[in-house]
Amino acid sequence: MEEKVIEVRGLKKSFEDLHVLRGVDLDLYKGENVVVLGKSGTGKSVLIKIVVGLLTQDEGSLVVLGKNVASLNPKELNKLRLKIGFSFQASALYDSMTVKENLEFPLVRNVKNLSKPEREKQVEQVLDAVGLLQTLNQMPSELSGGQRKRIGIARTLILKPEIMLYDEPTAGLDPITCIEINNLINQVRETYDTSSIIITHDLTCAKVTGDRVAVLMEGEFGTEGKFEDVFLNASDERVKSFYDYNFIT
Amino acid sequence: MSDKTTKSTNFITPKTDKFFTGLADAFRFVKRFFAEVWFPPYEFKEVIRQCYQIGYNSLPLISLTGFIVGIVFTNQSRPSLSEFGAASWLPALIAIAIVRAMGPLVTALIAAGKVGSSIGAELGSMKVTEQIDAMEVSATNPFKYLVVTRVLATTFMIPILVMYTDFVGLMGSFMSVHSNEMVSLTTFFVQVFDALSFLDIISSVLKSILFGFTIGMVGCYKGWNSPKGTEGVGKAANGSVVMAMFLIFIEELLVLQVVNFFRMS
Repeated sequence: MEEKVIEVRGLKKSFEDLHVLRGVDLDLYKGENVVVLGKSGTGKSVLIKIVVGLLTQDEGSLVVLGKNVASLNPKELNKLRLKIGFSFQASALYDSMTVKENLEFPLVRNVKNLSKPEREKQVEQVLDAVGLLQTLNQMPSELSGGQRKRIGIARTLILKPEIMLYDEPTAGLDPITCIEINNLINQVRETYDTSSIIITHDLTCAKVTGDRVAVLMEGEFGTEGKFEDVFLNASDERVKSFYDYNFIT
Repeated sequence: MSDKTTKSTNFITPKTDKFFTGLADAFRFVKRFFAEVWFPPYEFKEVIRQCYQIGYNSLPLISLTGFIVGIVFTNQSRPSLSEFGAASWLPALIAIAIVRAMGPLVTALIAAGKVGSSIGAELGSMKVTEQIDAMEVSATNPFKYLVVTRVLATTFMIPILVMYTDFVGLMGSFMSVHSNEMVSLTTFFVQVFDALSFLDIISSVLKSILFGFTIGMVGCYKGWNSPKGTEGVGKAANGSVVMAMFLIFIEELLVLQVVNFFRMS
């Protein structure tokens, strides 16, 4: 039996009268990439924000790497967070720091007894892995959208996470850069042996990066399975239209 | 019965509710600061960086304003004192006015505008672009790194800036006094220090610490709680200045009552 790294059961979340998640079930197995698809506002990002403890669920259970997230105290939650990398939709690079300082930030605070040369070596290694070693001393404002995404991913990789959560990794990027980011996601899994949840509404990204696809509709997973099974044999009109609009228009 | 219940709770309008909820939020924010300031990690490097940003970068504006205030206040006071043949009291009058009230107040108001708005806008923009969330998911306490450091920096730096403004203001006043009454620098400062008491100086410093804490805390609170979107950043910056200035005047009034109590007793 494959090892589960994330187990979500009956997850519900509302913001006042808006019921975003209405009972979500999801399993993520070790080494697997699961893509969560859905229209804007269906609660995709809310789901992974709950996984990493940025939001708390109203109901349901969430077990990450064997720990029940809701029962963790802040110290335990931070310990768990070190094993989870979160790539934000808008990269969320600290704009008052250079690329190097951005990457050093989590290292300095979380890895004790790391000498300066060792730290610099790790920063260079991870920058090299995303193909942006030349940006070491640049400010985030000097980078392109695609470069910012890569640096954002590099910043999460520096702590060598076991799980990666990607929030709209290809949103707002040109098609060529999207391909580069999709390849990077696959490369990260191979190099760092991660399991990932990828939130997107880009079907190309889903097809290229996902082992399994789950479509979130009206706060619940409507359908789940391999990309071909979900879309090519879709019986649900909403899933069909999602596929048609992505590839035709 | 249910109508009666509804009527009896109607006096809590949405505005009243919002006001008291905001007050409770602000109280929790200040409480969190005092709960976290004592425990490691202390983020010394960030405190020093913020002290530099807040202190050194404010020097040109503070210098110009302090100097002009010194000259203007001296020139405005001279005719009234001369009428009573008391022009020689100018250094003493200016010293008391600047050290007791104008130095701290002018510095705090300028810092509220310059530093408070910049803290509010910076934290607001960090919230909007999810940089605060990014810190949290990388197991760093963003409150400690962003709020505690900035509040400590304003609390340390505003008293230093106030002492600097006092000095620059007195130098401006000296230039005016020297060019009109031909008073030497030594005589001017002997009269200045004769007029000042220990209570004047200590109350000025303590008041400045309070102003600095207020400016940092209000800027951080507004930025930390800014609504999402670019409009939220603007609101956070504007709200920081307005609220900090309002609180500074209230504090000035309260401190004056306390100091006067000690002066009388």
